[in-house]
Amino acid sequence: MLDPVIASRLQFALTTIVHIIFPVMSMGLAPFLIYFTWKDIRTDDPVYEQLRRFWTKIFAISFVVGTVTGIVLEFEFGTNFAAFSTAAGELFGGPLATEGMMAFMLEATFLGVFVFGREKVSDALYMVSAVAVGLGTWLSAVWILVANSWMQTPRGFELVRESDQLVISLVDPIAAYANPRFPWMFVHMQNAAVLSVALFMAGVAAYHIWQRGIDAEDNQQSARFWRKTLKIALVVLLVTAPFQAIHGDAYGRHVYETQPQKFAAMEAVWETDSYVPEYLFAVPTSLEHITDPRAKELLGIGIPGGASWLASGGNPQAEITGLNEFETEAPPVAIVFWSFRLMVAAGFWFILLAFWAAYRWWTDELYDDDLLHKAFVGSSLLGIFAVEVGWIVTEVGRQPWVIQGVLKTQDGVSPGLTGFEATLTLVGFVFVYTGLLGLYTYVIRRIIREGPPSVDGTSPTETATPSGVSGDD
Amino acid sequence: MTDYGAFATDPLFGLPLEELWFGLVFFILGMFLFLDGFDFGVGALFATRDDEDERETLLAAIGPFWDGNEVWLVVFGGALFAAFPAVYANLFSRHYLLMFAILGALILRGLAPEMYEQRHDEAWQTWWGRSFVVGSVSAPFFIGVFAAHWLLGISSLVSLPGVVVGLAVVALTIVAGVGFLGMKTRGALQRDVVEYGPKAMAAYLALVVVTLGYLVVLRPDLGVIAPIPLALVVITLVSAGGYLVTLREERYTLAFGTVPVLVFAFVALVAVLMFPMADPAVGLTVSDAIISILPLNIMSIAAALLLPLVFSYFGILYSTFRGPIETGESYS
Repeated sequence: MLDPVIASRLQFALTTIVHIIFPVMSMGLAPFLIYFTWKDIRTDDPVYEQLRRFWTKIFAISFVVGTVTGIVLEFEFGTNFAAFSTAAGELFGGPLATEGMMAFMLEATFLGVFVFGREKVSDALYMVSAVAVGLGTWLSAVWILVANSWMQTPRGFELVRESDQLVISLVDPIAAYANPRFPWMFVHMQNAAVLSVALFMAGVAAYHIWQRGIDAEDNQQSARFWRKTLKIALVVLLVTAPFQAIHGDAYGRHVYETQPQKFAAMEAVWETDSYVPEYLFAVPTSLEHITDPRAKELLGIGIPGGASWLASGGNPQAEITGLNEFETEAPPVAIVFWSFRLMVAAGFWFILLAFWAAYRWWTDELYDDDLLHKAFVGSSLLGIFAVEVGWIVTEVGRQPWVIQGVLKTQDGVSPGLTGFEATLTLVGFVFVYTGLLGLYTYVIRRIIREGPPSVDGTSPTETATPSGVSGDD
Repeated sequence: MTDYGAFATDPLFGLPLEELWFGLVFFILGMFLFLDGFDFGVGALFATRDDEDERETLLAAIGPFWDGNEVWLVVFGGALFAAFPAVYANLFSRHYLLMFAILGALILRGLAPEMYEQRHDEAWQTWWGRSFVVGSVSAPFFIGVFAAHWLLGISSLVSLPGVVVGLAVVALTIVAGVGFLGMKTRGALQRDVVEYGPKAMAAYLALVVVTLGYLVVLRPDLGVIAPIPLALVVITLVSAGGYLVTLREERYTLAFGTVPVLVFAFVALVAVLMFPMADPAVGLTVSDAIISILPLNIMSIAAALLLPLVFSYFGILYSTFRGPIETGESYS
């Protein structure tokens, strides 16, 4: 049997890592769906009806799986982290309850109208329902991140002793909820979601274009559909990918200022130093470099003063406090360090990919570059992967604290929880969530393979170009 | 630091906010049991249909609604966490495995109809049809066990009153499902489904009587024999009578109208018997467990602004999809 603390942490990690996929899909798809609905109502072009209907199917299934996995997370605070819930409930429960009432209700009720009601409601109400669903998904993120950002940079509370327990009492709601970390997290998360979905869309479209050899003159319905999808996704990619890098850079500075221990773990800096290099392309040369990275010893191209420069916003001489200086033990440095690098590497790759595709568009070869299409197909899930490793940096980097500087994770676990119970549910979740992921993948693949729904009576599959006819010059 | 003055020390307008929030938490639980209750009931009745079209009609009947209905459970968890964090933490961690049983049932119930529609071959649909039934029956059963254990302060995994109340909640959801399908279906399907109404009601009443007998004899401290609990029992009996009569007269909207009365009478009975305790097992009262005045005032304002909005969304949703399911209408 595992220790209940370890088992609870693993369980929460597993359930969050799986759950986050589905909100990313809904939050990222929301603006696209609003746009498709708007164009569908305002133009006669059937491609927008196809776009709306096709991506709504994927939204709906993501929402369902997101709901069932999300309820689990809400309950886990009570079941596995009861000490945390008792101590921090006064600050932490409010945003969760507000999320349910303000955001989730809006999303779930109007989703019914949006998915089932196209023939039953007016265009105006249909448009309202699209916007309401989108607004609901984004407002959910607002309240979840209000809660989470408070755990990163807690403010506006005092510690009171109630009977035998320390309780966190809210004294300044504005300070607590208008938290310094919140805007950073929200912008980074929302842009990541839109970016991830744009990559996914581009990947799916590129797959069809590449597989079927759709060329520019091809006028059949599904060919138009996939070309349109690719172009829209590419436009969004061109905006979101560079923005994410610029924003991430500034976000890193904020982390350095407010959570220096996390920043040191991201850079694997153990001894306080100035003029610290940035190892963007660090290569592990031994097993130890993977399990216990120390920036200075890694083989890599270190940008002299780079980490100092990033931390301070332009001063390569700036001092970075090493992990040895902090009173609490360091977070698992290897996980944080490598996750951070994977996220940054993925981010740069997205920019490169966007520019490459834009260049091909400009030379009129967007539908002819098979290598580009393969790159898109290979990158279709990388956005979600980047979100995952980004969250791992955020959450693992905050350890050993569950509330930074206030409450340690090990002290937040339910006191009565036995190793047996925690291990049992952990094992159960491994099975259930593996099954959920498998089913979700299976369903999404079916929807994608089926292609766009036909409108005006033409079936897209009947007129598909036989595969093998490539659009290459 | 901002000074919040009297807002941080006095309850809003001098209202009894502790008691209001205790009531609100149970009201939200009641909304969940009423709305998702008929979804569960439709899920249970799904087991009695083997005709493909009829099964599609049942799924189409709840299709646009169940997502929104289930959110009431999320709001229940959130409201309990926000107003009574110590109860939320104690209750959920004490009933550790039971909570995960509820979650497992809800996952199965939520997933099954979506999956059912993905492929139209027999093996696949048989499997997901069964999952839908199992999830729809076990979720209200475990929720009933949870309610009984909460009220009676039972910490063990299984108990006789837990099982009895669990079965009562299952019967109540079938009562609700029959009422709902009475409105949403027509013809042979309607006739067949409606037949389960009196049976489910008889089971519900019998299980309620057993539970009340148990409470009167073994838990006199809870005070079942008092005006308010007795009034709730009378309300239950009168509504049950109304349900049976209207069902026989084929006035299905009226029959369905008795369902919220039955559900809220049940939930109110649990709340009234529990009060002034908020978690009887550990002797935590409502006043012990409530958060401090400042966040309580903020949450009260938030709830007062947001709940009317929520009701307006449900108004739009239910009026958009009012009326019976037309033939050929399917789930997606």
